[in-house]
Amino acid sequence: MLIKLTGGVVYDPASGIDGKQQDIYIQDGRIIAKPSEDTPIAKEYNLQGKVVMSGAIDMHTHIGGGKGNIARTLLPEDHRSDPVERTHICRSGCGHAAPSTFITGYRYAEMGYTAGFEPAVLPINARQAHMEMGDIPILDKGGYVMLGSDDYLLRLLTAKKDQKAINDYVAWTINSAKAIGVKVVNPGGINAFKFNQRKLDLDEQNSHYGVTPREILQVLATAVKQIGISHPLHVHGCNLGVPGNMQTTLDTIQGIGGLPMHLTHIQFHSYGTEGDFKFSSGAAQIAEAVNKNKNITIDVGQILFGQTVTASGDSMRQFANSHHASPKKWVTMDIECDAGCGVVPFKYKDQNFVNALQWAIGLETFLLVDDPWRIFLTTDHPNGAPFTSYPHLIRLLMDKSFRNDMLATLHPEAQKMTTLASIEREYTLQEIAIMTRAGAAKLIGLQDRGGLSPGNWADITVYTDQADRQKMFEKPDYVFKDGELVVVDGKVVHTKWGTTHIAKPDFDPSVEKGLKEYFDKYLTMKLGNFKISDDEITEDGRGSLTVHPTH
Amino acid sequence: MTEILEVPSPFCGIGTDDLTVQVDGVTLKVSANGCAINTPLFEQPITDTLPRIDGQTCTLAEAVAKAASILKPTNLPIIGGCATDVNGMRGLLALADRAGAVVDNMNFVGARNNFLALQDSGWMNTTLAEVKNRCDLLLILGTDLEAFAPRFFERYLWTDAMFVEDTSQRTVVYLGKSPSGQASTSPNGTAAKVIPCADTDLPEVVGVLRALVNNKPIRVTDVAGIALSELQALAAQLKTAKYGVVTWAAGALGFSQAELTVQTVCEMIKEINKQDTRCSGLPLAGKEGDQTANQVCGWTSGYPARTRFNRGYPEYDPYLNDSRVLLENGEADALVWVQAFNAKSVPPTTPLPTIVIGRSGMVFEREPEVFIPVGTPGIDHAGHAYRMDNVVAIRLKKCRDSGLPSTAEVLHAIEQALA
Repeated sequence: MLIKLTGGVVYDPASGIDGKQQDIYIQDGRIIAKPSEDTPIAKEYNLQGKVVMSGAIDMHTHIGGGKGNIARTLLPEDHRSDPVERTHICRSGCGHAAPSTFITGYRYAEMGYTAGFEPAVLPINARQAHMEMGDIPILDKGGYVMLGSDDYLLRLLTAKKDQKAINDYVAWTINSAKAIGVKVVNPGGINAFKFNQRKLDLDEQNSHYGVTPREILQVLATAVKQIGISHPLHVHGCNLGVPGNMQTTLDTIQGIGGLPMHLTHIQFHSYGTEGDFKFSSGAAQIAEAVNKNKNITIDVGQILFGQTVTASGDSMRQFANSHHASPKKWVTMDIECDAGCGVVPFKYKDQNFVNALQWAIGLETFLLVDDPWRIFLTTDHPNGAPFTSYPHLIRLLMDKSFRNDMLATLHPEAQKMTTLASIEREYTLQEIAIMTRAGAAKLIGLQDRGGLSPGNWADITVYTDQADRQKMFEKPDYVFKDGELVVVDGKVVHTKWGTTHIAKPDFDPSVEKGLKEYFDKYLTMKLGNFKISDDEITEDGRGSLTVHPTH
Repeated sequence: MTEILEVPSPFCGIGTDDLTVQVDGVTLKVSANGCAINTPLFEQPITDTLPRIDGQTCTLAEAVAKAASILKPTNLPIIGGCATDVNGMRGLLALADRAGAVVDNMNFVGARNNFLALQDSGWMNTTLAEVKNRCDLLLILGTDLEAFAPRFFERYLWTDAMFVEDTSQRTVVYLGKSPSGQASTSPNGTAAKVIPCADTDLPEVVGVLRALVNNKPIRVTDVAGIALSELQALAAQLKTAKYGVVTWAAGALGFSQAELTVQTVCEMIKEINKQDTRCSGLPLAGKEGDQTANQVCGWTSGYPARTRFNRGYPEYDPYLNDSRVLLENGEADALVWVQAFNAKSVPPTTPLPTIVIGRSGMVFEREPEVFIPVGTPGIDHAGHAYRMDNVVAIRLKKCRDSGLPSTAEVLHAIEQALA
């Protein structure tokens, strides 16, 4: 069946097309070149005056895995404020801060998103992450597997094993967990918390292993590069939320020595200690370092005001921040000599000095980093705000007067501590398309996604160009997923199942010898039962795997 | 005959995955690493192979059609039991969503003690591999641990550890119930310390223990027959242990408002962590799919597995959605019982139309209108089940070809018949 999208204004940074009127043809789920004149067109959509982009890709969103389900269980009162009724097309569920899986899929699609990536897949919890993501309709998905606080890696480092041994272990873990990237959270810190350390700076040693976060970042970033994974090591750094952590972040950028590295939710790692409240913005210095170091990519982790829940692998920092819990309840867990997690509900308030400045720091970061290919639009859902606030965030980036009007309502001392009001920049549609589409696909290494040239899968979003960018981005006219029309006027009209994106880096099979001994002696599961098989994703007839190349 | 190695068990909750199972046709024998809980549940023979309507055997298609015709006119059907694997729960929740049913896991009354504490103030917990490698003090509250999980001590305490030099030196303390056997006795011969009290005294005893952990002055000299000095010593042990673990089975705390005792324990654990050492909780559960039910219901609806769908969207209430109450009050109008693990776990007897999706071999007081024998996850088909610590999902294996359908297949067929 041939579908024609006629006359839309196309923003396709992947092909260098910036607001050009052109037709798009879809056949068998993919975009094709203009067919011969005599090919019958089964369905034509008149998109005169409409804005056409590829489906958006959220490269960092907590949509699958145990801590998300703890967050759901912890917050029945939040779900009650946003019940979602069943329809003849859609399942029931709940929304807001910790939405149910089905509602996650529908609401992302209704904003024009067609893929989301879970950044914190614990190897031992990867099954759960995939099972939850397996119940998210419409979206493609994938995960970054978490390493760096696992006792096996730290033992390898203490034993001074060579980089090849690390590479084999990292590659084996990516294969076992069905991941497409590698993340490190508070490198070594989750592990140190189990030995009762309460903080861990970049050059501070784990009290048992004698290993520092700097060494962990170095070997993991090297491993990711050498085994050929496209997505650079995805780093949630040390000292999240600690005033003065800007210096840690700058040192982290310097310390990686030019290796590719992605610093995630950098807003939470960009704080100085100036001013009466000993809390200030480090966004300018961070942005300068990012602009200068081309090996670095970042996503922001913007906070927006209101109730949410923070769900993180960083048990050490979540415990330290647990007194901020609102409502006053929280969970931390130590997990399987593998990692940990912490879940702390949070209410960001515009009349709270720190929260107001966090808001401004995030926006400063967006506006001061020059290259939209190296910065990504995230709220670290749900940690800074639920993903449903993206259209509002896009308006803040694209509309200076709207941004400054909001700034003027915030805590007055926070207004004094930010340069935001003086920043003239407004994001263009093309820059938004880079951050949320082409750049994200390139960063993750997704083939045939994030672009609109022939050969790409037909993940396409059509918007009505409106001056109010929030209104524009929260209600697309049409969303196509793999060529199927799934959303009309911001409502799901049809559901389907997306694929799971993975990578399969090579490793020396002899790596399993040491691992098997370790599993048998110290872990609670047999090595053979730990590895996730393909059929676990595909056996229900809905899931599928898409393997992306390593290089 | 074939032999399958490293078979995981969905029955005991502690995720044993080292069983050796011999398969001879459809007959199974656990030849290594069995226990009093797992072995009989693996070895139970298949007796029912065909569905029944009103006691008469029929085809699967007929049974599915009959089940759908029973559910079609109902206003508030209950789907109870909820003892199956992840795919079974997916099918169950899809059916509940379509039929407007109440979903109620059969172990929820016990689990509620934990959920109420969790949803009110939270907790700091750990998992089995952390216990195995780090725990130097295990405090067991109100629970006969080895009766709950016969191989717990062998697998997780008296065994190799990365961070405990001599695991036989680990300290085990029972508070409340005494152990029923010797499994908690260290290989070096040291028996567990037992501080006995009645279950109903646990709220008071645990309250005093928490006060002592926080250095609050206590004026009495004994609490429910326990000398205060014993509790003082225990509080000191908790604060000096490097990695203390406190474990309890929510279902074993069979007294009124036990959730407050769970909450006291969880808050005490947090307070110990604020006094410069580590301590963690370890709730025991995971029997016959209870964690699986709550996990899948959690991500599908947002709520644990005591949730109703009759208004078109999920509504959680840990008391009002109790299926026993709904049956007694005459609020429900049909019962679907899903129990793929245990043939002895039959539905409550009710005059309401009853549909049982159950393990082969169930004996009913009153023959249900529809009985569909299904395969057991981890024996008759592959699947996934959650361990007690909630983080680890185990991959269940298919051990034999019995031809029995899976829970998921049957529930999906009923749901489709209602469409």
